[in-house]
Amino acid sequence: MFLDQRRGWLEQARYYLSAAAYPLQLAVSSPTAAWRWFEESVETRQALRAENEALRAQERALEMRSLRFEALSRENGELRGLRGALPAVADHWLVAEIVNVEVNSLQQRVLINRGARNGVFKGQAVMDSAGLLGQTIHVGPWSAEVILITDPEHALPVQIERTGVRTIAVGTGDTQSLALPYLPANADVAPGDLLVTSGLGGVFPQGYPVARVVEVRRDAVQPLAQIQAKPLAQLDKLREVMLVWFRPDHPAGPTLSRGQDQGTVEDDLASGNPTYRPQPVPARPPPARASVSTSASTSASASASVRAASPPQSASHVPASHVPASAPASREPAAAPSRTPASSSSSASAGGPA
Amino acid sequence: MSARAAEPRGRMVVTAFAALILSVLPLPEWLAIARPAFLVLTVLYWSIAAPRAGGLTLGFASGLTLDVFRGAVLGQHALALTTITYVAVREHQRIRSKPAFQQSLIVLPLLAVYEFIVFAIDGWSGHPVGNPLRWIHVASGALVWPLATALLERSHSPR
Repeated sequence: MFLDQRRGWLEQARYYLSAAAYPLQLAVSSPTAAWRWFEESVETRQALRAENEALRAQERALEMRSLRFEALSRENGELRGLRGALPAVADHWLVAEIVNVEVNSLQQRVLINRGARNGVFKGQAVMDSAGLLGQTIHVGPWSAEVILITDPEHALPVQIERTGVRTIAVGTGDTQSLALPYLPANADVAPGDLLVTSGLGGVFPQGYPVARVVEVRRDAVQPLAQIQAKPLAQLDKLREVMLVWFRPDHPAGPTLSRGQDQGTVEDDLASGNPTYRPQPVPARPPPARASVSTSASTSASASASVRAASPPQSASHVPASHVPASAPASREPAAAPSRTPASSSSSASAGGPA
Repeated sequence: MSARAAEPRGRMVVTAFAALILSVLPLPEWLAIARPAFLVLTVLYWSIAAPRAGGLTLGFASGLTLDVFRGAVLGQHALALTTITYVAVREHQRIRSKPAFQQSLIVLPLLAVYEFIVFAIDGWSGHPVGNPLRWIHVASGALVWPLATALLERSHSPR
C-alpha cells in the first residue's frame, strides 16, 4: 500500500526530474553526435552515390512486394467475413534517435529523444525495420527510457510462426540472444523457426517478427527444452528506432480485443480492485503434452482459459501494489501467464516459475 | 583543511557534476562494467575532507540524481549513498589520518556496503540483477581512490 502510494507521486516526480536530467544527458552524448555528424558530412560523393543506388534498389524491391498488398488485404477481409478491408494495425509511428548515454551497464536500457511531449506513453512498443526492440518504461517530457527485449527483466509473449505454439521469450542480458525457457522438451521447435509476437500481454500487437530460433537443446534430464533465439533487430547497433501507436480496436491489436474478460482482469489488477480474486489454479496441470494450440483460437476459448490460468499466487497476493510497482518488464512474467492461454496447455510449468 | 576555513560548497557541486558526467559517459561495454562509481567516490571524498559542509545533503542529492539517470527506484541510490556518507562523516578523522593506500582499504568495504544496499533494494523492488559483474566497480573504485583523492585535493588546496 505504502509502495503503491509512493509510486503514485514518484512517477510524477520522476517525470520532472528526468526533464531536468535530459539536458545533461544530451550534453554528454553530444561528442558522439558531433563525431557522427562530422563523419557524415565528410562522406565522399562516391559513397553517397553508392548508398543512394542501394536505397533505390531496396525501395524498388519493397514496392514490388507491396504491390499486391492492397488486393491481398481486401481478400483477407473478405475471407474473414468483414465488409471492408481492415486498416493496418499500426496507426502511426514516430522515429526517435538514441541518446548515447550510459543508462545502466548491466541492464539493457537505452534513452531515446522523444517523450511525453511527442505523445509517447509508458509501455509503448519500440521497433526497428527488422523487428521488435522493446518498450518504454520511463517517460519524461522530452526523453524516454526503453527496455530492450534482451534485458534480463523483460519477458515477451511470443508465438512460433510455423506451428502457432505460444510461449514466453525472456531476455538473457546478451544482445544476441533470447531464451525460451517454458517449452516442454517434446515441443515442435526447430532452429530457424521465426518467433512473432502473440498479441497477448497487452503491449505488442500480434504478428510482428521478434527473433529466430538458433539452438534447441533437449536434455534427457530436464523436462523443458533449452532454446536460444537471436533477435532480428540489431540491438547492439541501434541509432534510430520507431515508436509505434497501434489501433486498440483492431483484431490483431494488443489490448482488449480478445473478449472483455482480459480488459477487466487488467483493469482490476491495475486499479487495485480489492474484490477481484483470480480463480484458483487447478492443483496440477496435466503433464506437458505436445502443444499444438492453434494460433487462431476464438475469443471465447481464449477468454475462457484466461480465467482458468490466472496467475497462481503473486497476483492474488498483491494486486494493487505489485503490478504497477514493478517496471512493465517484470510485470510481464506475472501478467503474461494470466493472459496466455498457452500457459495452461502448452507449457505446463510456465505458471510455476513465473 | 580546517573546519574554520570557508566550506568548499561550490567546488563540491562542481566536482560532483563532473563525476556525474564521467559516470554516464558512454564507454565500450567491457570498460563500462569496470567503471568506478565516480560520483560515489567524490561524495565520499568530500564527506571526509569537509565533513561540515553538508556531505549528507550532497550524498542524498547525488544519490537521487543517480536514481534518475539509472532509471532505478527513486531513492535507491540516495539511501545507499546517504548511509555510507554518514559513516564517512562520522569516521572522517580516522580515515583522513591514514595514508592513501589504507584509505582505499577503508573505501573498499564502504563501496561494498553501498553496492549491497543497491543490490538489496533491486531485489526487494522486483528488479533483481544477479550478475556478479556488478561488484567489479567496488574493487575498481577502491583502486582508483588514491588517484581520485589526489585530483580532488588539487581542486581545493591553496595554490
